[in-house]
Amino acid sequence: MEEAREQIGHMPRIGEPAPAFEAVTTHGKLKLEDFKGSWLILFSHPADFTPVCTTEFIAFTEIHPELQKRGVELLGLSVDSVSSHIAWVRNVEEKTGVRIPFPVIADLNKEVSLAYGMIHPGQSKTETVRCVFIIDPNQVIRTILYYPLTTGRNMDEILRIVDALQTTDKNAVATPANWRPGDMVVVPPPNTQEMAEERLKQGYECTDWYLCKKKL
Amino acid sequence: MACISPDGKPTESGSKMLRALQAGLGSPEEIAKGSGLPLFRVRSGLRELIQAGLAKQRDDRYELSEEGAKLI
Repeated sequence: MEEAREQIGHMPRIGEPAPAFEAVTTHGKLKLEDFKGSWLILFSHPADFTPVCTTEFIAFTEIHPELQKRGVELLGLSVDSVSSHIAWVRNVEEKTGVRIPFPVIADLNKEVSLAYGMIHPGQSKTETVRCVFIIDPNQVIRTILYYPLTTGRNMDEILRIVDALQTTDKNAVATPANWRPGDMVVVPPPNTQEMAEERLKQGYECTDWYLCKKKL
Repeated sequence: MACISPDGKPTESGSKMLRALQAGLGSPEEIAKGSGLPLFRVRSGLRELIQAGLAKQRDDRYELSEEGAKLI
């Protein structure tokens, strides 16, 4: 049991402060607090010079401008060395013409991987699985996604989650299934009978008192 | 280090930050805007410049040291 806990490390949860770190990256030594005030997507990949990871790095680079428009920084991570990261990103640029614009943590001692629960021994005892942590400007974890080693991530969904979180923060609403920017949003459910009756008079599109939507 | 080469000379991003400090930009936000570097890079870069003796911190503001001024 103790051995398993050592392999897994801490499993962070949504709503908790993101674990602090100081790490060697391809852009120098960075601390989590350096990203304070920006949204941050911290994501892990299993290993450099592997096919699925290469497609993901290219895909993250493709959405980087859209993320920047939304005030989001990207930070990659694997347990490879910084020299390996540098060689890989240079190779990606040489072979595909894609220049990786974001830093990548070289987590050789697995300090960050264990703090974020990125190693899932059932998949691999030595590599990180494909994790995505969406961290808000106050450095609170807002979303956690885990993908297995064999499945590359969906960038549309990552962008959609960022849009949904930012819409929620700005307007104090929730977003329904398959929501996209421009769609109707969900008005938070009422806490009292009086509020439930009042909301039916407010011109929302209501299926019933507990499910009301509105346009922003 | 990202701002200082192993030979002690500032890198391109280090030079941008030193020039921003020379222009009187003193907060990380001002330096990021003036240099075009992301804020996270400026915050980590300022730590390096201070460690290398090229910049100084006074309260929440940063400025060039004498050594830093000589390198521009």
